[in-house]
Order: sequence, then C-alpha cells, then structure tokens
Amino acid sequence: MKKLTSALLASAVFCTPLMADPVEDTLILNEEITMVTRTAAPAHVSDVLDEVISGWHFRGTETRAMQADDFDNPGMIFVEQAEEVWNTADGSEGKSCSSCHEGTDSMKGVRAVYPKWNEAAGEVRTLEMQVNDCRENRMGAEKWKYTGGDMTNMVALISSVSRGMPVDVAITGPAQSMWEQGKELYYTRTGQLELACASCHEDNYGNMIRADHLSQGQINGFPTYRLKNTKLNSVHARFKGCVRDTRAETFKPGSPEFVALELYVASRGNGLSVEGPSIRN
Amino acid sequence: MKRSYLAILALVAAPLAVSAGEITPTQVSFSDGSVEASLTGVPGDPAMGREIVGNKSLGNCVACHEVTDLADVPFHGEIGPMLDGAGDRWTEAELRGIVANAKMMFEDSLMPSFYKTEGFIRPGNAYTGKAADDTFGPLLNAQQIEDVVAYLVTLKD
Repeated sequence: MKKLTSALLASAVFCTPLMADPVEDTLILNEEITMVTRTAAPAHVSDVLDEVISGWHFRGTETRAMQADDFDNPGMIFVEQAEEVWNTADGSEGKSCSSCHEGTDSMKGVRAVYPKWNEAAGEVRTLEMQVNDCRENRMGAEKWKYTGGDMTNMVALISSVSRGMPVDVAITGPAQSMWEQGKELYYTRTGQLELACASCHEDNYGNMIRADHLSQGQINGFPTYRLKNTKLNSVHARFKGCVRDTRAETFKPGSPEFVALELYVASRGNGLSVEGPSIRN
Repeated sequence: MKRSYLAILALVAAPLAVSAGEITPTQVSFSDGSVEASLTGVPGDPAMGREIVGNKSLGNCVACHEVTDLADVPFHGEIGPMLDGAGDRWTEAELRGIVANAKMMFEDSLMPSFYKTEGFIRPGNAYTGKAADDTFGPLLNAQQIEDVVAYLVTLKD
C-alpha cells in the first residue's frame, strides 16, 4: 500500500518536496559516536513493527546535519545554560545539583532508563519528577513547572551525557501495570478526529499528512529543539500538542496518564540511541 | 490558522443550522454505509465543495488525500486513497455516507467523521485542548457535506 502510494506520488511532482520514506543516512555525533537510529524492534512491539526508527530519519538533510555537531546544534545552548544551573545553589539547604552528584558525567546512563520505577516512592517516575523531588526534598527549593524552560533544559543536560547509549526502559515488574495503561492510551482514538497515537505513528509513519512527514513518534531524541519554536520541547508538551490536534481534551503534563504514555512510548524505542537534545521541525 | 477553524465553522454553520427539514447528525440514516437522502434538500454546490476539500480551515481533505484537480493547493497527504476518479468508483449516496461518517462503511477507517456529534472519547473544544462545551458541533455542517459530495461526484477519470 505504502509503496503504491509512493509510486503515485512520484508521478505527481506538485504534491510534496520530500521523499516519503525515511532517509537512508548515518548519524555520527561530533565525528565520534555512531548513533543507533534504526534497529530491530524490541520484542514487545515486534508484532506491529519490524524496525524502530528515530525521527531523525524523517527530517530534512540540513536538520539532520545540524544535529550531528554540537556546535551546530542550537539545543546545546540550552544544555550550557542548564550546566550553570547544575552548579548553582538554590533553596533552603544551600545545595546545587553538583553538591550531591558532582559533575554532570555522573548522570551518564540515567536518561536511557527513564521513566523508571522508584521503589521508595512506590511509583513510576519521569526524569522531570525526579528532578523536582531533588529540588523539593534535597535542596529545599521550589518545584519547577513540569514543561518549563528550567526543567526542560535540565532534562536536556542530563540526556546529553547519555547520547549514544541505547534506550533501555524496564517494562516488567512493578512498572508493568503503568506500561499497560500507557499502551492502552497509545491505541485509544481520542477527540473529534478520533485519532490514536498509533493512527499516525504506527499505521502511517513515512507518509505525508499535508506538509508533515509522519515519523514513528519515537521519543529517544527528547528534549528536542524545534525549528518551529526555537526552544527545547519536552515529551509531555509534545504529547499535549498531539492530543490537542485530535481535537480532544488533553491530559496535563506530568499527569499519571502522560507518565504512563511516556513509559510506553519510550519502551517502543528500546535499542535506539539516546539523542536528546535532538533537532526536529 | 487552526484556531480560526471553529470560528469559520460557526459563521457558516449558524445561518444554515436553522434550516427547516435539515437532517441533524444524530438523524442520519445509513444503509451499508451509504446515505441516500440529501441532508438538506438543497443541491450541493461543487465549487464550494472544491473549496472545502482544499481549504485547511474547512474540510482540509487534502491533508490526507491527493486530488489532481486541486494541484493549485500545495501539500497533499497520502494517508487516504487518492480522490481522482472518486465519482466513478462511488455513487452519490456512498460518497455522502463516507463523508458524513466513513466508519459506517469502513469500520477501522482513520478518516474523521465529518457529520457526527456523539460517541467521542475526550472530545475537545476545537484545537484548544480544552473539553468540548455546548458550542460543540459537527466538523462540517449539512450543506457543506452536500457541497463536498457534489464536488466528489465530478471527479471522474
């Protein structure tokens, strides 16, 4: 079906300036780290996908190139800002992130396994939740807004030191029920347009929807610098935007529903390299 | 752009919604996915239908369908089948049924139901992300559905 549509499109030049299929290319970060941007689907999605593909393959040549070099990646400016915040004390305890965690290198590997079950708290936590837990309970500082700039920049900093490591989110054990809930949401057709995540990102990735080239909706590249709004965007802000675009009442960023959805969607990208901060449209 | 969708719909819908004898979304009678009777009794205007099919703020059908006749409108999608020849492949009644609620004919269709007001999960107030309120109406009004159908029947190979 997809092949047929592409053939039809090829004969109709007015239609789209982009090729419909994901582009064949290799992402080598800073001429150093070869990123896994497509790989065999993890077992828990192999019934519906053969291969998982990073959104990087669905973007244009310039956008892809921009992400390959930290000097060209505008997302790294926000990472640098967060680096300063990392070392700046805040709150009643007079502590900064570095007071407990030392250099940001200590965060290596963290992004790859989040969202993650927190045994002491008895809940699945996103990185954002963990950051706010530190701020409130270790630093005596104010919580950050879930999708605010401070938070998203910090998550990008934490992500940046895991780039190249495979996403490896645990879906069994205590996280399993939340994962199931996320899966349920992924396949629920919401809003007046009655579209599920799967409608676009599983059934139609590679196809054009108006001028947009649909990707698999992988979140290994988050936070992502969008050329559209020239800042870093968090996973939940993107979820909210997508649900809104189905003409639905959205869930709130940080809500249990979106935490569950993040766990599920992250797990669909198990095996892809952590890319955040990536660059997308 | 998206924000203006509801506003435009409201403008167009308001005067038409009160027409006597119009079939409301909950009254539409489907037979094997087809709808025989006109929703308004007023013949559709194919020129208006063409506008609705191509206009981002109206039907935005080209977001998912390619239509050679609308080559002047940029960026046609490839989610649904090409509409060229739709008037040969389908009868007017079938087209009316598909535009009003494609899921009556194709159970798993991704196509939004353009003349339906009930049975949604978490319906929103247009593209605001907020819950639907009492201004909630179908994506297209009855006459707009007739206009789109009138246009589609002209698409012959």
